[in-house]
Amino acid sequence: MTKHSGPPGQPDQPQPAERDAWLSVSARKNRRRRVVLADPRGRGRVLRTIIELEEQTSVGEKLIRDLIRTQLRTGLALGGGTLLLLASLPLVFYLLPWVAEVELVGVRLPWLLLGLLPFPLCYGVGYAYRRLAERHEHDFVSSVDR
Amino acid sequence: MIDNPWSLVLVGVMAVLTFSLGYVGSRRANTTPDFLVARRGVPATRNAAAISGEYLSAASFLGVAGLVLKDGVDALWYPIGFTAGYLAMMLFVAAPLRRSGAYTLPDFAEARLGPSNLRKFCTFFVICIGVLYLVPQLQSAGLTLHTITGLPAWLGGAAVTVIVVVNVLGGGMRAITLVQAFQYWGKLFAIAAPTFVLFTLFLAGPGNGAQPVDASGVLRFPEDVEVTTVDPVRVRVDVALRLSATGVVNGAPADGPVYWTPGLHEVGADTKLRFPAGAPVPVVEGSPTSNHDWLRPQTEGLSGLFETYSLIFATFLGTMGLPHVLVRFYTNPDGRAARRTALHVLYLLGLFYVFPTVLGVISRQYLPQLLVTGKTDAAVLLLPATMQPNLLGQVLGAVVAAGAFAAFLSTSSGLLVSVAGVVSTDILPGKVRDFRWATVLTGAVAIGLAMLLPRADASLTVAMSFALAASTFCPLLLLGIWWRGLTWVGAMAGLVVGGGLVIGAQVITVVSSYTGKWAPSVLSQPALVTVPVAFLTMVMISRLTARRKPDDVNQILLRLHAPDPLGFMRDRDVQRFGTAEEKAGAADRGRGDGGPPPTGKL
Repeated sequence: MTKHSGPPGQPDQPQPAERDAWLSVSARKNRRRRVVLADPRGRGRVLRTIIELEEQTSVGEKLIRDLIRTQLRTGLALGGGTLLLLASLPLVFYLLPWVAEVELVGVRLPWLLLGLLPFPLCYGVGYAYRRLAERHEHDFVSSVDR
Repeated sequence: MIDNPWSLVLVGVMAVLTFSLGYVGSRRANTTPDFLVARRGVPATRNAAAISGEYLSAASFLGVAGLVLKDGVDALWYPIGFTAGYLAMMLFVAAPLRRSGAYTLPDFAEARLGPSNLRKFCTFFVICIGVLYLVPQLQSAGLTLHTITGLPAWLGGAAVTVIVVVNVLGGGMRAITLVQAFQYWGKLFAIAAPTFVLFTLFLAGPGNGAQPVDASGVLRFPEDVEVTTVDPVRVRVDVALRLSATGVVNGAPADGPVYWTPGLHEVGADTKLRFPAGAPVPVVEGSPTSNHDWLRPQTEGLSGLFETYSLIFATFLGTMGLPHVLVRFYTNPDGRAARRTALHVLYLLGLFYVFPTVLGVISRQYLPQLLVTGKTDAAVLLLPATMQPNLLGQVLGAVVAAGAFAAFLSTSSGLLVSVAGVVSTDILPGKVRDFRWATVLTGAVAIGLAMLLPRADASLTVAMSFALAASTFCPLLLLGIWWRGLTWVGAMAGLVVGGGLVIGAQVITVVSSYTGKWAPSVLSQPALVTVPVAFLTMVMISRLTARRKPDDVNQILLRLHAPDPLGFMRDRDVQRFGTAEEKAGAADRGRGDGGPPPTGKL
């Protein structure tokens, strides 16, 4: 029999294997792992929710459906916004030719809008998505790990 | 064209570095998962550098500057699309695709939709896209080596094939990961250093400001120029000019002074044209003739607008369907690392694409003769020696040449690994020995086709493979990952319709280019039509065959989307090929995470 991984009364401690899963494969392999043979409280609850997810009970199915919907909605909002912004440029240039005459610091506006702007824009949107998606996953894990 | 001993030296150094890094990377590669997916242990930043190194092919390194030189500001949609495609991939594909545990694209189709004939169809399209992308790489390699050293054109393609095949034979994915990551930084240096030097010279040099880039009006030759055509071309002349020609002009043999009135003129192959200084530059048909149009976006009316949107569609959605790009995402340890990899790629690509644009703008001043033949891919290679006909120009030219060679090597090796992986696991039994045979076979077929087929514009064939990927694998991945209703019948119908339309459009374009260019421009840039059609077909047919939905679709979607710490991910390559100890390790890990033991799907 081994001890609890955390102080008694706090079953919310993440399980060792669960913590390890965030590490890379090589790190996981070489890491010494504490084996908990009996930990009725925390272990059982996590397992039960995971089994609910795997067996697709109504609770499990609703949980994963909500996660998928949130992730898809985030992706569509960010991707759609970026697409709308970029795809409106050719139309603007076509309908309003005077835009092409505007100069900023000696360079014409279309060259700046097409040559420089899209790259930081894409990175910024990607960064925002990474933050949001990882937060959703974190929330999901903690809701499973009640 | 230029006898530059430095180029040959630096290209040789690049080849030796590639060999030795490949050797270092492949020392411990001995199992099938090593060769297919580098044992899924590549960290996010290194994988991002490797993906960028593989993705920045000749079309990016040489082609973007050439297109800017030729088509002006509208050509910038290529680098934008190449980058934004990764954003789309990161938002919708990267993490779930990695969590599917697949090791090739056909394997993903089977993991998601169950065993069926779909897997064979995917195999066919992967090989199609891979070879379509590989052949122009080898052809451009030959042309580049010929341009910089004067060696025969077949030698360049053969050299690239041999280096890449030997590297991949040694360690497959494990060997090329380190090589590609190194080649990204090599390429970045090879384009950034000349850009900084040449741009400074361009701003400071005497007489360089005499004809500002934004002068509206006609582009003129700065000095006497002789141009030799390789293929027959049609050029547009805006202002009448005198020149002397030797060869075939407007269908008649010419040898001496010629007078061109405004309009279209045809020049035969192997014709020498000599323009005096100050003569207006005739421009290959289809590109803007005056700086006035070159500077402004959307000067071609509605058909130009359609082409731009079609290009946006093909590149934004096509990137996520390119098999050699996808296969690199399988090498990450988990879904979260795959997402971080994609983000890092966005940063690396944005960093790179500033430089070819600047070089393209500068070369408009110094290399107008390329506009006559339309072979503007050579602009980046020729610019340093043209601006600085001395040692500095030679060394910079050699650096650029080595960068271009790195571009051919990294892209070809990625394509070779992805095609060989599919061939060895779907057509052969999938042992390491089969992977090696598949590598040799793919390399031989590719170099054979590269020598037999006529050389097309690198950017054209690359655009075609993007359109094909966007109309086949993009709908399969997007619907497969986010929609429960997809069936294998629907997916197959979508692949056939989307892929068939793109291939058909391409065949018609090629036929019409030999028989008088009658095909409308829709057919050379078909993505705007074919992608929605492919999506619609998949959805409609899947609705009609809803009974064929896999029974465990909910479990599969759970596996694709559940966060990594919950441990639902199962690597299918380990289940199929893994050695006994690795299998035991996987089962142990599965129990440790509280998930069920691996289900023996294959």
